Amino acid sequence: MNAITTGRPIEILLVEDSATDVMLAEEALEFAKVRNNLSVVKDGVEAMAFLRKEREYSAVPRPDLILLDLNMPRKEGREVLAEAKADEDLKNIPVVVLTTSQAQEDVLASYELHANCYISKPVDFDQFANVVRAIDQFWFTVVTLPTDSGANGQ
Amino acid sequence: MNTVTSGRPIEILLVEDSATDVMLAEEALAEAKVRNNLSVVKDGVEAMAFLHKEREYSEVPRPDLILLDLNMPRKDGREVLAEVKADEKLKQIPVVILTTSKAEQDVLNAYGLHANCYISKPVDFDQFANVVQAIEQFWFTIVLLPTTGTTKTRGNS
Repeated sequence: MNAITTGRPIEILLVEDSATDVMLAEEALEFAKVRNNLSVVKDGVEAMAFLRKEREYSAVPRPDLILLDLNMPRKEGREVLAEAKADEDLKNIPVVVLTTSQAQEDVLASYELHANCYISKPVDFDQFANVVRAIDQFWFTVVTLPTDSGANGQ
Repeated sequence: MNTVTSGRPIEILLVEDSATDVMLAEEALAEAKVRNNLSVVKDGVEAMAFLHKEREYSEVPRPDLILLDLNMPRKDGREVLAEVKADEKLKQIPVVILTTSKAEQDVLNAYGLHANCYISKPVDFDQFANVVQAIEQFWFTIVLLPTTGTTKTRGNS
């Protein structure tokens, strides 16, 4: 009811190093109720370059939502979360942590770093697709995103 | 799939000055799939006393989730949000802003102050109930809450 009204697709940034999980997320989001545009980067270094529009990312859209894995090579999700949430320009972008970890210390640390929510990634294919659809449903039809309200990204 | 297994009801703190909205939220949550225990306070001063377990609130449970209105007498939701998210002991508790305001400035400010999500409250009764159910469904069956990780069920308060 919210995001649909803005007339442009929802921009999602998926930060994920597993090619399988990327493929599954792509498939699930293709069938999403809300028109969306998925960008994918494979680690935290690329995620920060994307968010800051550095290098080849100078013309990328500002994400409306970030789906962030925790365990990745080079720069992990915790670091991305800490940097994004401490950055005045980036901190209002909702970050959904989507990880296989169910360790309580990861859950607590993520909320302390101001993750907007923490979701543990099911191993089962169908359940993973259900989780992606639940994220789509809640964040894009129930929630008002910072960019829904007429704010123009930057 | 997550919190259902922890064996105790989910503790929700609703900070809301409208008696009608409190009643509607109570009704919607009474029919929720997940067993929950709703506490209600009517403004930001009471919310902070509840969260700090002051005065008559010394025995209250630590909330697993806070539903926070923005516009309230005495201390408004923006102040509560800022205080909670700057407090080392409270900042992990997810805060869902639930308000009639759709003002761009309110939405941006709330996310800037680390609200976990911002939901604008529908005026229509049925739609309000749907929104409360959507919150319940997402936060209690899809999300892992800080207090419902795999090893412990209680926060450290």
